Amino acid sequence: MMVKTMSIVASNRRFLAKLSLVALGMFGFGYLLAPLYDRLCGAERATQTAAKDAARPVTRVDPTRTVAVQYDANVHGSLHWSFRPLQKTSQVHPGELVHIRYEMTNESNEPVIGQAVPSYAPPAAAAYFHKIECFCFKSQLLRPHETRSVPVVFLIDPAIPGDLPTITLSYTFFEVRPRKSA
Amino acid sequence: MQVALDNVPAVVQLPHQGGILRWIRTTNHKDIGTLYLFFSMSMLLVGGLMALTIRAELFQPGLQIVRPEFFNQLTTMHGLVMVFASIMPAFVGFANWQLPLMLGAPDMAFPRLNNLSFWLLPFAAVLLVASFFVPGGATAAGWTLYAPLSVQMGPGMDMAIFAIHILGISSIIGALNIIVTILNMRAPGMTLFKMPMFAWTWLVAAFLLLTVMPVLAGTVTMLLFDRHFGTHFFDAAGGGDPVLFQHLFWFFGHPEVYILILPAFGIVSAIIPTFSRKPLFGLRSMVPATCMIGILGGSVWAHHMFTVGMPVGAQLFFMYTTLLIAVPTGVKVFNWLATMWQGSLTFETPMLFAIGFLFVFTIGGLTGVMLAMVPVDVQLHQTYYIVAHFHYTMVAGTLFALFGGTYYWLPKWTGHMYDEKLGQWHFWLTLIFFNLTFIPMFFLGLAGMPRRIPDYALQFTNLNSLATIGAFGFGLTQLLFAYNVIKCIRSGERATAQVWEGAKGLEWTVPSPAPHHTFSTPPVVE
Repeated sequence: MMVKTMSIVASNRRFLAKLSLVALGMFGFGYLLAPLYDRLCGAERATQTAAKDAARPVTRVDPTRTVAVQYDANVHGSLHWSFRPLQKTSQVHPGELVHIRYEMTNESNEPVIGQAVPSYAPPAAAAYFHKIECFCFKSQLLRPHETRSVPVVFLIDPAIPGDLPTITLSYTFFEVRPRKSA
Repeated sequence: MQVALDNVPAVVQLPHQGGILRWIRTTNHKDIGTLYLFFSMSMLLVGGLMALTIRAELFQPGLQIVRPEFFNQLTTMHGLVMVFASIMPAFVGFANWQLPLMLGAPDMAFPRLNNLSFWLLPFAAVLLVASFFVPGGATAAGWTLYAPLSVQMGPGMDMAIFAIHILGISSIIGALNIIVTILNMRAPGMTLFKMPMFAWTWLVAAFLLLTVMPVLAGTVTMLLFDRHFGTHFFDAAGGGDPVLFQHLFWFFGHPEVYILILPAFGIVSAIIPTFSRKPLFGLRSMVPATCMIGILGGSVWAHHMFTVGMPVGAQLFFMYTTLLIAVPTGVKVFNWLATMWQGSLTFETPMLFAIGFLFVFTIGGLTGVMLAMVPVDVQLHQTYYIVAHFHYTMVAGTLFALFGGTYYWLPKWTGHMYDEKLGQWHFWLTLIFFNLTFIPMFFLGLAGMPRRIPDYALQFTNLNSLATIGAFGFGLTQLLFAYNVIKCIRSGERATAQVWEGAKGLEWTVPSPAPHHTFSTPPVVE
């Protein structure tokens, strides 16, 4: 009887030691999950969100074709700004990086925040038009009578089908008003 | 031979001391179980007080009682206190009292570790409560402590991290002790399949605890390092990822809810056969169902984070595994109903709570199935629908089972019958006020009311007022329970050894109240 209880105590201790190892191992496993997560989900995130616009097409320029890009500028409603592209058109090889500039002036006597919204004609072209840098990514604050020249950097996807020989890139500036407190 | 005697668990017993020293130095499983249960009850009142303050603020739209910062601290601490300092210790208390009695063991396998695992708890509780009084107040990042908010909070966050470390160590020691007790200390003849369901469910829960609690400890340690030692596990600016925190947290957090519900299943599986006067239906399917829940429970965690931007494949995987858990849970509910079928039923308070558990917990389970579906979840994420759902599982599930279990075994613990009439009042008021509190929240959530915000749009007023009335009724009703327990300890009709006519199992073979030492000579189970 006594010997038996002795052996129970000893076997309890051995069991405890083994289970403690499990706990320690799981503590370590928690840390292992950090690099594991980067490996598994990090790769997943890259393919999902990292700008494929920027990364992919730059390498391949298609010199056999040209696409005509026309630039347009509009100001919406009561916004007293003048706004124009510094060039009317470009002849662009698909895959080629293009730099152009727009210029805008605040004609009013007050500082105004404007936000440009781009659109494309024909609309099907939008899928092949990759902007890398654009003043439309942020709203623009112009002081009274301030003039600013702003860049657009883009490229046309070489996958663009042949029935889109001309694309119009059009911007419209809207005024951004601070929300009135009700 | 003297050495051998000292090593026998039953004999590891200091001379019986009176006063506070008895409780500080005790290694007796019954004393420690009592300590756990009293600690849990007092923390239930602390966490309940926080909940009532939250509900009082939400009685009407606008800010009346607390500042928004303090409101956020309250919702956070309510969750932490209830999960870690009330429900967990309550189940460990039940395990301490009941497992040796049910298995025919003289005590837990490691009495001194048992003492340590309890006495760590008050220090953690003090750390948590004291964090309200440091600059910046307690942590307000939600009980899930999501980064990056938790990386930015004040010293209250560090205190919460250390409290979680302490509570985690206590739980791990408790789990080790329970596993060894169940697997090594059973009376001769008590095979695994003769073991009561309560032991089975605790065994699976303890293995879950042992595997996920260390991961939480690691996670909050990473958080601590991000906060003070310049690492960037979760800080996107330094190349870390806040979503990683969510994965790590829920890798612990979801199994945690099964850790909290499995022993509750065990308690219900003990009560229903007794008051149906029939053996538990389908024990052979109950055990695999329990194990299935444990295993599946470890592979569904990301259903808490469907809105973080997971690939569709991952969303589908976590959706299907989550839906799959409904199968073993359904097996259990079916078995309980089949146990009652054609039974000779009586409705004493423990049985009422067990049936109440079946009814309300199933609502919690069904709404969980709805939330498991990605399109629905995206819609209901962070709304009061979630709040209602998890209170139906955590309050209507675990708390109802804990109440039922307390009434069921209280005569064995105290030697007195509790006041049956008061118990029935406690049950009915609890059931009515619980539903009055949480049913409105389902509708609030469906209507789009977000959780964890101290103010709300006017159209949510009526349902919120109802919920607040329900919450205060629910809170006050629990004082009835506390009174009934204390009354039962002090006086009451003498309980027989078997207590309940239909009760079966080793714990009912010892006299009531259970003597300080039981089964020093192991009983023999045929």
